[in-house]
Amino acid sequence: MKKEIGQEYTVALLAIGLGLLAGAVLMLVTGNNPLLGFFYLFSGGLMNITRIGNTLATATPLIFTGLSVAFAFRTGLFNIGAAGQMLIGGLCATALGLTLPWPKPLLLPVIVLAAALGGALWGLVPGWLKAKFNVHEVVCTIMMNWIAYWSVYYIVPAYFKGAYLETESRRIPEAASLKVGWLTRLFKGSYINLGFFIAIATVLIIAYILDRTTLGYELKAVGYNRDAAEYAGIQANRNIILSMMIAGACAGLGGAAFYVGYASNMQIGVLPSQGFDGIAVALLGANSPWGVFMAAIFFGLLHSGKGFMNAMTKVPPEIADSIIATIIYFAATSVLMERLRQRLQKRRQARDKTDLPLDPEAKLQEKVGGVG
Amino acid sequence: MWWHLIEQIFPYAIAYTVPLLITALGGLYSERSGVVNIGLEGLMVVGFFTSALTISRLESSLSPVVAIGLGLVLATLAGAVFSLLHAFASVTLNANQVISGTAINMLAGAITVYLARHITGSGNILIMNGLIRRNVPVLSKIPILGPLFFTQTYVTTWLVLAILLLSWFLLYRTPFGLRLRACGEHPQAADAAGINVYRMRYIAVLLSGACAGLGGAIILVTYAGEFNGTVAGLGFLALAALIFGQWKPLGILGATFFFGLASTIANVSQAIPALAKVPGIFLKNFPYIVTLLVLVFFSKSTQAPRAAGEPYDKGKR
Repeated sequence: MKKEIGQEYTVALLAIGLGLLAGAVLMLVTGNNPLLGFFYLFSGGLMNITRIGNTLATATPLIFTGLSVAFAFRTGLFNIGAAGQMLIGGLCATALGLTLPWPKPLLLPVIVLAAALGGALWGLVPGWLKAKFNVHEVVCTIMMNWIAYWSVYYIVPAYFKGAYLETESRRIPEAASLKVGWLTRLFKGSYINLGFFIAIATVLIIAYILDRTTLGYELKAVGYNRDAAEYAGIQANRNIILSMMIAGACAGLGGAAFYVGYASNMQIGVLPSQGFDGIAVALLGANSPWGVFMAAIFFGLLHSGKGFMNAMTKVPPEIADSIIATIIYFAATSVLMERLRQRLQKRRQARDKTDLPLDPEAKLQEKVGGVG
Repeated sequence: MWWHLIEQIFPYAIAYTVPLLITALGGLYSERSGVVNIGLEGLMVVGFFTSALTISRLESSLSPVVAIGLGLVLATLAGAVFSLLHAFASVTLNANQVISGTAINMLAGAITVYLARHITGSGNILIMNGLIRRNVPVLSKIPILGPLFFTQTYVTTWLVLAILLLSWFLLYRTPFGLRLRACGEHPQAADAAGINVYRMRYIAVLLSGACAGLGGAIILVTYAGEFNGTVAGLGFLALAALIFGQWKPLGILGATFFFGLASTIANVSQAIPALAKVPGIFLKNFPYIVTLLVLVFFSKSTQAPRAAGEPYDKGKR
């Protein structure tokens, strides 16, 4: 067990290293100094307490979407729909925040709950279609993303139109914002908000569900082998639907953390990139809740530092996305890295073994020259 | 009055259909060989970017027609080259094809905008000259059919239709096509029959990249006129059209035309009194909801290539 965890770390660190290397090459190709670029990229996210707060605030939605993708993964489902689930969660939160004139302590729990429910609903549809009609969840969640996109595109201007622009909602009142005075003061005016603590709580809950409950055991069993799980008396269909709902709820919470936490209104015409970055986060975090947490903080750092880097050098901010995309590619090809490692290990073992007397068959093979 | 409206809408619907059609055809090659290519969206972006860069650089020194032609060719090649990443990951390394495809999408979106911003500062690349719509001589004079199909057409439309015919012939009437489809249905059997499954899948993924790259370039030279870093989900829609069309060339033609028509109607609805009353939210969501319904009907008895999405494992029975 320990060895497995060690392996996952190696793969993740290797993918990060190769991703940063690719970023350096991109900077070099476009005539920038990579060392300087990275210096400003990282200091942009860590330089002072405000920027550290902003890094955590940027990472918060990524923790949620990463958890969403990772949770579905554990049941063998690929949730590309985190973006749409996040949008709907954000829409529910914004709508309630702009409608209910309640005091903050009462309003916030309702908003957060509504965001989770909205996301869960958006996850329920693909889950149900998968369980009932065997519709592939990848295509289905992509369609749900666009349905969410166009729904927000029309609902926000129709009911919550901003004062000046057609393309955004009104600003949510202070009572509906996840930002709180003491936290903002503690981090000297950064964007950090209660969403970060909800994210930590969600990590704990998801870890608990996966590792300590019957439900988690069943979900994982369905993920490993659906037929075997069904044979063992586990209702695969019910678990698929539940898994997508929980995944959707996580992404929906991410919507609350982003639209009424990090931001204070909703823009239309944008599918949040955090939904797709969540896939990268889940992969890099090896689909474990705490792995997701750390990966999200790392990607949050890249995203929050890119603006400062762009201001100090000529490197375009898309370098962060390029690095993340390269990391996901290398994380996906971890099989190769694993194989490479095994081959190297085998060669090393073979070298160690040469002192021992060879058995006849190996001798014969060596004569023919077929060892390899 | 209705007839006049249809005559007006049709050329737009076709213009919108063509990039979808060629990209879905690319997806057809890939999936028929057993490799799911969810990276079509990103490969389109690569073609979109390459053609914009080529044309914007060359159109002042060369004649616009030559520049556009070169842009289309280079975009096709760039799509093929970029798809090598997907082929390498999913065929050689047996990586998860959906994750690899997602990585392609993210990589294409990030790197092209990174380069575009480095080149132009804004991240958008504008071209001065697009393709010109032409009436097909003689045929455009045919009543009914003429105004619908042969007036105001782009040359790329005919190119793509030719590729569609060619693809049908290639897939169903040649040994190459039979082998390619065999790799997607039962790669172990194909291997036993002496077919190099890895090579076939590489070829198929490269073809899909080339088609998607061409699709992206067609978007640029027909209706976009400017690279802006995204093809707004058309690659994913092409994937849905592939399923809707049940992995058959003619089915794909029908499915993509349906999407093209639905999107065009949604886009022009404001100008049409009868449609202006329908809320936009329904019109815009219509294609996606119909896709979901179609998937519900088709998924139980799917015609999907049996081995699509599965890495080829020689030792498996």
